Amino acid sequence: MAIAESIVRIAGQHANGRQVTKVYLKVGHLRQVVPSALTFGFEIVAQGTPIEGAELALEQIPASGKCRSCGAGSQLPGFPLQCRECGGFDLEIIEGEELYVESLEMEE
Amino acid sequence: MHRTAVKQVVMEGVLDANDALAQSNRERFDNAGNYVVNMMSSPGAGKTALLERTLERLRGKLRLGILEGDVQTTLDADRLARFHVPLVQVNTDPGFGGECHLDANMVRSGLSELPLPEIDVLVIENVGNLVCPAEFKVGEDSRVMVYSVTEGEEKPLKYPLMFRSADLVIVNKVDLLEHLDFDLEQFLGNLDAVNPGVGRILASARTGQGVDEWCSWLERRKG
Repeated sequence: MAIAESIVRIAGQHANGRQVTKVYLKVGHLRQVVPSALTFGFEIVAQGTPIEGAELALEQIPASGKCRSCGAGSQLPGFPLQCRECGGFDLEIIEGEELYVESLEMEE
Repeated sequence: MHRTAVKQVVMEGVLDANDALAQSNRERFDNAGNYVVNMMSSPGAGKTALLERTLERLRGKLRLGILEGDVQTTLDADRLARFHVPLVQVNTDPGFGGECHLDANMVRSGLSELPLPEIDVLVIENVGNLVCPAEFKVGEDSRVMVYSVTEGEEKPLKYPLMFRSADLVIVNKVDLLEHLDFDLEQFLGNLDAVNPGVGRILASARTGQGVDEWCSWLERRKG
């Protein structure tokens, strides 16, 4: 719910009074964001703001990382987060931890 | 009036505002010389009981301070009041139905009631919850999870974000192991799957097992 509030606040600041129709959000796979719960919270929090009625377009970003031992890149579909080449567990996360408002669609 | 749809690039992190406040809390802690622990767990894992043992053990050695986060009531703060350490209770219920976590702003609001320069280690006892507290930095130096063996072996896989972000996991209530089907090896394997090699202490706030080890960990961090 606090995340939904934050999204509505960010959208409101950037909209500057214009009616927002769509909010594009990027969410990394390693985040514990449940899309249906976030969408529900977003709709409630948006009520009575210029964001009311806007669609929350949520795009999930798959996780990927780079092995600190062998340097290989791996897709990380689930836990354990493990290098596909050498099996190492010490990975630098490249993608999958995102949580940001990418853009807004508005009427003017 | 004709309306046209326009798209505007924003690229703003949803938690940027919180992270900035956490950073400002952190600077305040650093200036006051505080080592700050964000303690997180499910409800009922034994955070407050562990803190009671900790306060008994470290009395006269480390100056502890406590910031208690709860949705409602001062019950936990009341339990800890007998130790006469700096203590402040932050209730999160003004939020939407009572926020399920502490954020950087709530912590900041509690700091004015604490004599920070007189504190070596500040323990922030977060709201019992395995999900949201992990998302919100509050300005801590480290994150400590208290996990009780009554919660099952699989939770690291179900709530990986919190287990991944922990610097230390205290496995509490191990005195109950003989009465439970809990498979400790399997739990530790699941823990390593999400946070390989993370520090762990087997403990029982009830019997006192592991409390020394935990207190030494705190003393080393501060030292």
